[in-house]
Amino acid sequence: MGLFDLFRQDRKKNTAKAAKERLQILIAHEHAMGAGGHKGPDYLPKLREEIIAVIRKYVSVSDNDVNFQVEKGDDFDMLELNITLPDSK
Amino acid sequence: MSKVIVVTSGKGGVGKTTSSAAIATGLAEKGNKTAVIDFDVGLRNLDLIMGVERRVVYDFVNVINGEATLKQALIKDKRVDNLFILPASQTRDKDALSQEGVESVIEELKADGFDYIVCDSPAGIEKGAFMALYFADEAIVVTNPEVSSVRDSDRILGILQSRSKAAERGDTVKEHLLVTRYSPERVEGGDMLSVDDIVEILSIPLLGVIPESGSVLQASNSGQPVILDKASTAGMAYSDAIDRFLGEDIPHRFMDIEKKGFFKKLFG
Ligand SMILES: Nc1ncnc2c1ncn2[C@@H]1O[C@H](COP(=O)(O)OP(=O)(O)OP(=O)(O)O)[C@@H](O)[C@H]1O
Ligand SMILES: [Mg+2]
Repeated sequence: MGLFDLFRQDRKKNTAKAAKERLQILIAHEHAMGAGGHKGPDYLPKLREEIIAVIRKYVSVSDNDVNFQVEKGDDFDMLELNITLPDSK
Repeated sequence: MSKVIVVTSGKGGVGKTTSSAAIATGLAEKGNKTAVIDFDVGLRNLDLIMGVERRVVYDFVNVINGEATLKQALIKDKRVDNLFILPASQTRDKDALSQEGVESVIEELKADGFDYIVCDSPAGIEKGAFMALYFADEAIVVTNPEVSSVRDSDRILGILQSRSKAAERGDTVKEHLLVTRYSPERVEGGDMLSVDDIVEILSIPLLGVIPESGSVLQASNSGQPVILDKASTAGMAYSDAIDRFLGEDIPHRFMDIEKKGFFKKLFG
């Protein structure tokens, strides 16, 4: 640590905390979706497909408009579904 | 019983080769007959870190292709008894390592009475890394306190538990976390993930924490595995990790800031 760091110190943000939070969210997501070698719940991809199919009966959405993820909680896992609906006129 | 240990990480340049050299040397120093294999085909480097680069005649791929016997290719270390190095080939053919070929070499080492077979994995999650981990009983996952390294370690852990031979037969690969290039000052300053953070995110047992240390570069300059530098913090941290690996319960060191004097603080 040099002279300049010493002065900068109190202005510095705690970026390690941000890193930890981002990693926790990302890794929970990757596990849930079975990314890398991780095995997500077997039914997830199918469930996602079917839900999108149902939504498309009513509105036209693209695959990218549907955000689907499982968050790991301490006591339970939560399925989070975000659908961006097209602009209504 | 022989054990196959893979030293792996996903991300490149985090200290796999440095750690493989230190770990193999440390295990041999403790009286275990140990072979360390460089799986980084095309980018042979372990020979340099071990200081045996001028003694390489045959390599891993020569043995697999039947161009040399394992005995001819294994380089016996001159500093530590029971330590042998199998260098990587410099061929550009990434398919040179076949699963059957790797298996036959590992089986022959086991039959020759090797206690530990340490596999230095290349970076990535492609074929070379896969070959290095496929036959592993235990994995030492080398991680730097940095987001992309932690994420890649998590991926490698997933691959270990789904695509290794052990996983295929319903077993698990025993996991060990080795955090390297750790800088307590930067953790204190809030710009580096702490060991506790990493353990919490990856949730695997901590084998050791190797501090960022100038002696690692010096060791590689002179071709001496850093664990032989008994006065260096990195060397001591690797020795501790070996003791833990062999079942001893010893506290972690070098995880807190060493107190510096005022002037060192200003100009260090
Ligand atoms: N504890 C440490 N302190 C300081 N420098 C280190 C430490 N550990 C490793 N290094 C340095 O980091 C660099 C990469 O190390 P190394 O070659 O062992 O990584 P690697 O994971 O094997 O890389 P690759 O993925 O290319 O095979 C080297 O320059 C090495 O000297
Ligand atoms: Mg390497």
